[in-house]
Formats: sequence, C-alpha cells, structure tokens
Amino acid sequence: MQPSELSSLDIVSAIRRGDVTAERVTTAFLDRIARLDRSINAFLAVDRDGALAKAAEIDRRRKAGQPLGALAGLPVAVKDVLCTADLPTTCASRMLAGFRPPYDAEVVARLRRADAVIVGKTNMDEFAMGGSNENSAFGPVHNPWDLDRAPGGSSGGSAAAIAADMAPASLGSDTGGSSRQPAGLCGITGLKPTYGLVSRRGLIAFASSLDQVGPMCRSAADCGLLMETIAGHDPGDSTSLDTPVPAYTQLLDQPLAGLRIGRVAAHFAEGLDPEVARGVEEAFAVFKAAGATIHDVELPHARYGVPTYYLVAPCEASSNLARYDGAHYGHRCGPAAGGGFDSPLVEMYCRSRAEGFGPEVKRRIMLGTYALSAGYYDAYYAKALRVRRLIRQDFLDAFAAVDVIGGPVSATAAFRLGEKTGDPLAMYLVDMYTVATNLAGIAGISFPCGFTKGGLPIGFQLQGPALSETLLLRATDRFQHLTDWHRRRPALPAT
Amino acid sequence: MSLSPADVAKVGVLARLALSPAEVEAMTRELSTIVGFVSQLDELDTSAIEPLAHPLDTRNAFRDDEPRPCLTTAEALQSAPRHDGECFLVPAVLGETGSA
Repeated sequence: MQPSELSSLDIVSAIRRGDVTAERVTTAFLDRIARLDRSINAFLAVDRDGALAKAAEIDRRRKAGQPLGALAGLPVAVKDVLCTADLPTTCASRMLAGFRPPYDAEVVARLRRADAVIVGKTNMDEFAMGGSNENSAFGPVHNPWDLDRAPGGSSGGSAAAIAADMAPASLGSDTGGSSRQPAGLCGITGLKPTYGLVSRRGLIAFASSLDQVGPMCRSAADCGLLMETIAGHDPGDSTSLDTPVPAYTQLLDQPLAGLRIGRVAAHFAEGLDPEVARGVEEAFAVFKAAGATIHDVELPHARYGVPTYYLVAPCEASSNLARYDGAHYGHRCGPAAGGGFDSPLVEMYCRSRAEGFGPEVKRRIMLGTYALSAGYYDAYYAKALRVRRLIRQDFLDAFAAVDVIGGPVSATAAFRLGEKTGDPLAMYLVDMYTVATNLAGIAGISFPCGFTKGGLPIGFQLQGPALSETLLLRATDRFQHLTDWHRRRPALPAT
Repeated sequence: MSLSPADVAKVGVLARLALSPAEVEAMTRELSTIVGFVSQLDELDTSAIEPLAHPLDTRNAFRDDEPRPCLTTAEALQSAPRHDGECFLVPAVLGETGSA
C-alpha cells in the first residue's frame, strides 16, 4: 500500500515500528502535491526542504533510539490562518503578502513538539470569510471530486488536501462552519471543538468569540489523534479552558447502544436538496441499527442562526481587522496623493486597507462597523447577542433530552465555482446548519454519509454539548466502522 | 431597512476604507440587502433577555505580574513596511504634508 493511502494513525505506528521511514512518507505526500496541486490549488506554500529535513531528523532519532513525539513523522497541512514563524502566513489576503509572523501559533508549536512534519500552508477564503474558498486572493481551490466545483470554505484548501491524499492530516479553523462545511463537501471528517478547548494564540483573529481551530482528517480516529496533541490549556490564550484532555483514540472503541440522537424536523424543511436528505436519513438508519435511538427535538430559534451570526461575526471582525493599518505589518499603500483625507496618516490607513482587503472582507468590515456605530449598536449588535443567548438555550434544553443532535452539514452537495459569487446573501446561507454550533460554543463534527448520483460527497453533522468531543468522535468512529464512505477517493491520476 | 450612498460613505470613513464610487454604489445595494435580512431578528421580543457576548462561562484569567521573555524590537519590526530600527515610521499624523 502506498504511504499516501494510509491513515494518520497507521502512518504514525508504521514509522514508530520502523516499517517505513518518515522520509519516504513525507516524500510520497510531497510528490502528490507536486503532481496534483496545479489543478487543485489547495496549498499557498509548500515547504519541501523543511519537511524533508524534519523527516530525516525523525528517522535519525528513531535509529538512535531517542524518544519521538506522538505524531512523529506525520505530514500535516496547516491552514494559512495559523502563524508559522518559518513559513509565509497570508490568510489568503494581499494584506499579508510577505508577512512573516514573529512566532508560531500555539497549535503549530504543539505539532512541532509532537514531531509532526508540516508540509505547507493551505488555501482558504481571505481571513476565513467565506463558504466556497472563492474569496482567496490567490485563486479558488478546486474540489477534488469535481474540479469545476467549490470545496467549500473557508478551510477549503485543508479539506481538498485531505480529499486528494496530498496530506493525511490537516488543521482548519471554524468560525461558523469553516471546518465542517468543506469537510462535508469534500468527503472528509472535520471536527469543530468546544470553544476554548484548542488554543487560539497565533490563530489570526476573525471573530474571537466564535473562532476555534480543529482537525480535518480522513476519519474520526485520525481527528482524535490530532486533538490529543493540539487540545489543552494554554496560558497564552485568556479564553483557553483549563480542562484535562482525554485520550480520545483510546476511548473510541465502545458500542453505541443507548446513544440518544436528536433529529430536528426543521432541518428537513424546504431548501434541503432531496439527495442530501436521503443520505442523511440513511445515516440515521445506520446509527439506529448500531443501537442508537433517534428522537425528535426542536431548536426553536435555529432559523435565526444565520442572521445572528452575520451580525456577531462582522462586528467582531470589524474590530479585529482594525489592526491592519499599514503601520505595523502588512500592506502599505504608495506615497500620499492627497484628496479629502484628514491627514497623511489617515490617508495611509484608508488606502492601505482599501488596497489590501478583498471585496468580501471589506463588506464584512463595513457591515460590522455600521452595526456597531452610534445609534445602531442596540438595534443590531446587542439584539444579536440577546438572540445568541436564546440559540444557546435551545441547545441546553435539547441536550437535556438527547446526547447529540444529527443532521445535514449543508443543504446541497458541492456547488459550482462561480455559482454564488454574485450574491453575498446566498453565500451566507450555506452556513445555515453550522453557525449555531459556534454561537453556542459547543462541539460539532462533520463526516461523509453517502454520495449524490453525480458522485459528490454528502456530509452528516453531529453536534454535542460543550466538551462532548469524546462522544462525537466515538459515534463517528462507530459509523466509520459500519460504512466505507470515508474511504472513497476521487478519481485523480494514480500515484 | 435600506442604506443610502451617504450612509455607506460615512461608514467607510469610520472603517478607514477608501471606497471608490463604484464600491460605494455596490456596497449600498449589498449592505441594504444584508441589513434587511438580519432585521428579521426584530420578530423576537428579547426585552427580557440578557446579551450573551461569550459562549461559555469564563472568568478573567490572571497571572502573576512578573517579567517574562517577549518579542525583541527586531522581531516586532521584522514585517513593518517602514521602520528605523527602533520605531515604526508613519506619515505625518497632523497636517497636510508628509511622506508615506
């Protein structure tokens, strides 16, 4: 079997046993990137030399009998929203072209300490704002299942890299569905951990009360492996939870008997593609056959999730992105031209930001600035925060009766590139099943549960209470023992 | 709820974004649509509901106030568009002249 076909868990144990060298594994994935990524565009930077040097170091240390980290030799692709001191970090924005972070994100530092091999930085929607990856300043990612279709977003590069076997594991980030939705559209497994479980230090901020880093891999078991390294308290992130991290991969193999899965009838209302609905219903049947019970639950404010999100997230973004001022790092415009600005400094701010940001980022900064401006704050931002409490309460009430809630990740399978780019609101609605998880701060996971007649993956989402990752990974792992959807691969040139 | 081009231009100033006339026009249309969409929250009576700014019950994270290693000046300046080795350089803060 080619190294590029192995799971992350298998790669780590094969290297540890000496069945294969880290160098051979890394080379296999780098070669696939070199061959395939011209047509997929999943990577913004590939660190061939750095990755091979790290792999060689691991092989040397193994031969010398020195201790190895938990992820020794595992190639990992890192979303370009995470700071890497030795690699460019652009957030897929012209604003950060050429930026070199002075430090590694905490999760990147943890990967390095665990001896993972960082192969490159993945493409994304600019500043993680988007659901199709078409907002990247460096061109869209193409879905490996159909190159004319979007991979989803914003972590579309990470999802496509896994789907095309260009990496066995990746990190994404999820502010309103940005890991789960592309995982669903690319047929892989993506976890959105509980808010605060994974450090945000060095994660370039979009909406700080919603942002969370999560693993994107082929299977729940592989996601659990990454979580064991990246989760856990970080004193450098003031919202980091000080809670023990379970040994996720040791807790997977348990039966599902007695698991209570909630089903929300409103998820199946108008707007859900019939093929997606069928795939999701079949997944419920698989869970039921495995001993779970399915219960109707209601999330009465679910339909207010997207409007709430599109106030909270842009408001936080307009504040967070104020740091891009052309003074400290990032793009600065050319010499002053004058004309209507209060001072040369203000002109520099306004023109640098206008030149550096793309249209969707500008739109959200404008929306957030408007909603926070004098006279509108209470009507929009404070209102949204009140509804946010109602949305969270819906989940608390539902989880009194069920352990997890199942349903679709998105209303359709992967849509065509260009299909929604002219209509910002249509693009916002692709998040309709995922945003509430972030507003409530709870955990969610997305994984493949079937394919459309046209051969596109269908995603299933499980949402669970805060710190229910063990349960979500266990339920998904059971599902992945009973089905082989997560093993399917798109037709790409053979290795 | 709709915004006028003047509203959008004013927000552009607040957001420190130099918008072209074409951007103001497009943004007026798009923001009006989005603001109309999010205004469906008005259907809900939330007068008795406290705002929720943060999803989990968290407390302030304090640490002892003791010196620790931090970025050096050189590291902090390494991606600056203009600096003199000590400080970030910016155009004139006041007045009409200055260089970028």
